Amino acid sequence: MIRTHAPRGSKHLVVALSLAAALNITASPGQAAPSDCLLFHEVPTYLADGSLKTLSVVVRGDRIVASGDALSDVNVDGVQASWRGLTCSKAEVPEGAQLAPGFIELGSRLGLTEVDLESRTRHHDAGGDRVRASHLVADSYDPRGSLIPVARLGGITSAIIEPGGGQIPGQAAAVDLSGDTQRQAVFETSVAVPVGRSGQSFGGHLDALAELLDDVRAFTRDPRSFDQNRSRPLVGSRRDLEALGPILEGELPLILGADRAAHIEALIRFQEAQDIRLVLRGGAEAWRHADALAAAKIPVILDPVVYGPGSWDAREARPDNAAILAAAGVDVLFFIRHHSSHFARKLAQTGGNAVRGGLPHAAAMRALTAAPAEIFGLESRGHIETGALANLVLWSGDPLELSSRPLLLLIRGQPQPLSSRQSDLRERYRTLPPAVLPETK
Amino acid sequence: MVPQLSRVRGRRVRRPSLTGSGPSPRTGLAFTGTFALGLGLALASTALAAPDSATTTPASGSAPGALSDIEKTGFLAAEAKRPSGAEKILLVGGTVMTAEGEVLEGGSVAFDGPQITYVGTAQPELGPDYQVVDATGKWITPGLIDTHSHLGVYPSPGARAHSDGNEATAPATAGVWAEHSFWPQDPGIQRAVQGGVTAIQVLPGSANLIGGRGVVLEMIPQRGSRAMRFEGAPETLKMACGENPKRVYGGRSSAPSTRMGNLRGQRAVFMKAQSLARKWDEWEADQDKTAASGQKHKKRLRDRKSESSSHPERDLDLESLVGVLRGEVLPQIHCYRADDMLSMVQLSQEFGFKIRSFHHALEAYKIADILAEQEISASTWADWWGFKLEAYDGIPENAALLHAAGGRSIIHSDSAIGIQRLNQEAAKAMWSGRHAGLDIRPDDAIAWITLNPAWALGIDHLTGSLREGKRADLVVWDGDPLSVYSKAEEVYVRGRLLHRQGDETLWSDFELGQRGIQ
Repeated sequence: MIRTHAPRGSKHLVVALSLAAALNITASPGQAAPSDCLLFHEVPTYLADGSLKTLSVVVRGDRIVASGDALSDVNVDGVQASWRGLTCSKAEVPEGAQLAPGFIELGSRLGLTEVDLESRTRHHDAGGDRVRASHLVADSYDPRGSLIPVARLGGITSAIIEPGGGQIPGQAAAVDLSGDTQRQAVFETSVAVPVGRSGQSFGGHLDALAELLDDVRAFTRDPRSFDQNRSRPLVGSRRDLEALGPILEGELPLILGADRAAHIEALIRFQEAQDIRLVLRGGAEAWRHADALAAAKIPVILDPVVYGPGSWDAREARPDNAAILAAAGVDVLFFIRHHSSHFARKLAQTGGNAVRGGLPHAAAMRALTAAPAEIFGLESRGHIETGALANLVLWSGDPLELSSRPLLLLIRGQPQPLSSRQSDLRERYRTLPPAVLPETK
Repeated sequence: MVPQLSRVRGRRVRRPSLTGSGPSPRTGLAFTGTFALGLGLALASTALAAPDSATTTPASGSAPGALSDIEKTGFLAAEAKRPSGAEKILLVGGTVMTAEGEVLEGGSVAFDGPQITYVGTAQPELGPDYQVVDATGKWITPGLIDTHSHLGVYPSPGARAHSDGNEATAPATAGVWAEHSFWPQDPGIQRAVQGGVTAIQVLPGSANLIGGRGVVLEMIPQRGSRAMRFEGAPETLKMACGENPKRVYGGRSSAPSTRMGNLRGQRAVFMKAQSLARKWDEWEADQDKTAASGQKHKKRLRDRKSESSSHPERDLDLESLVGVLRGEVLPQIHCYRADDMLSMVQLSQEFGFKIRSFHHALEAYKIADILAEQEISASTWADWWGFKLEAYDGIPENAALLHAAGGRSIIHSDSAIGIQRLNQEAAKAMWSGRHAGLDIRPDDAIAWITLNPAWALGIDHLTGSLREGKRADLVVWDGDPLSVYSKAEEVYVRGRLLHRQGDETLWSDFELGQRGIQ
């Protein structure tokens, strides 16, 4: 059951005037003629496998309409450019800049929280039942949340936002970090179902989940019996049981947390026994079962900076966890443990630390872009190819290096402001005392 | 090291620079301003003065007297300090970031055991017994210093039994000492050293208005915390303002439950401390008078003995605060919001003490001019914000803006994970500033995690920069320390090699035998 708010591929026409005004990307200040496209001319660009190659990329509307290392239909004459006869703005690309797909934040609370300790600002927990599978966290998403512009400055263009609380908190959704309305921002209301964990043993945790999945099967086989009160008691309401159907089909993955190697072993067996699709989150000791995870095709969302026995489940957390997993063929993804999405902009640094721990740079780039897009079914995002959505970031340098920052950030082809209330605060207090009131004469 | 005291408008205040390691002007008299707070000082002259200590002059403030004697006997380290490095090493040809504004390409650093003997670009004449190490392609920085750590008091792995960081049983617990909670087997200690950290301030948590004494430790593992004390470091006191104390106690329907309740709580205890300080002053003046009246030595001793029985009653909690009033204990205040920090500045002015560092200080940029003028440092993160309302206005240019205003910026961790890569955090804070057009140089960013924290802890005359005569606390990096990809290749504390990349000897007893059959 996949519901979609926004029509895919809705066209946002980009005109040169707005581009030039917002971004100053055209080299010619006098140029006022509207252009129909934006050209990145011969820019080092990250491919879907995370490797870097010099390409030219043409953006028109919300899409990448051409990309390649020798585009025959692009003409560049100084600052003027055209593609198939259309006038293009040519993006100004400083020395060393690199073009990458926008990062995708996983386990995101963007648009769902403002201040974690203020419960009235949080909207990820539906409350009530243990099982709230039909809860759509997308309905709580606020595209004007103050965390979103901050995250964008970290090169993030999309997020998998997740509900929390209970055993099954609801449906994770996919959003683009632009737009003023849910209709504009939310593009998939169901991409995965996270599983919460209470204090029970890991075995008890899996058993409770198995029981729920059994009931989903019973319901799916014979929903009429349930409706006519002829079935045995089932865990969860009708809406919840229905919402979990796609799990059994393998259409949506369950996101399950585990750190301890032994628990990961049990989780791999669980996937096989249930014939469902799992994504492992945490995975501090996942390296111990790298081969088994690869064989089971279970992706691992991990935080590469977790090192040292922070908990009893992570006594063997090590900095080369990601490197070992990737070498074994596991799809590695990143998240920022211990913190909410206020810290989303640390994603690039997180990837850098995975590289520091031995992960190839390309694998780290892929982990932040193409890999999550593929695993959560966001086909038109996470990679730079003809036909893909133009969720793009022009970085001042290596995106994973601490000195780099986005110079230009497009979401669905639309340039986004590189500012936030934090930069507003910075400007207000750049000179002290702040000039909040008009000068007295 | 006894900070010098002087009287200004009837109050005792510390003179601006805390550099004196010599005797106090009142040396020779009982309780020469060392007093309870001078514990560390008393120690420095006894337990901490290990035979090999070469870098610091032991304090001499511990004149005979009942109180000093009590302190000495009560706080002797039961174990000897581990010896300093014994080797003479000359690192040649690296990029030397001194943290004093100078970056030396093709620079050299030499140290003889615990002490730096050369920093420069020339061929030093040090004698033939130096082991010469080629540092071409390496970066050399001072050892990193974290002003805000809960290592040992909230150790790994997280466990209720080891949750020893907050004495949240009363809002003012100035008499508790972090070093008495510190678990020296915390595996996080070694992880921090692997990240280049050579000294930390361990603090009680921020549940309390007055959380208790912090302790400055060098990162040489020992069986107990006392022997890890950084020799010559003054005492520190953790305080907190804002949300935490009022949440913890307000949640129990007890005081404080508001910010005004916070201030009342702090002012009330400082008033008590003020009155105790006055009693000690009077008592000490009496002692001075007796001494000055030219009585015979024997009689003086006899008198002192009888006097000492009538000294003001000892009070573990208030004595920490008296130490603050006397400028001997450096206040370290957890505070986020600009107006909360201003309240604390007001408090310090009311009672005549100097705040040494605001911790977290996410809104330091809003009062950067005042912090610079007041000489209060700010220990902050590179980019934390929003986890609670008083953190909502945190911005990544915080450290850079304070620096640009002439203040002392410090990047701290407050995290067992963050402490493993303070260099990266400093780099982010620097780049945020540079991207905003502020002139922050790489060596400034290094100072934010070395020299400035050393200043906040009162040990900048001993460590924190690469300079002849300072302690050989330093890090050799395999690349630019401000790059995400670089690692600490070698870490020296007091000239002793504590970490070499690839060496996996585990320090913590906890980690022994945890890894099953490999």
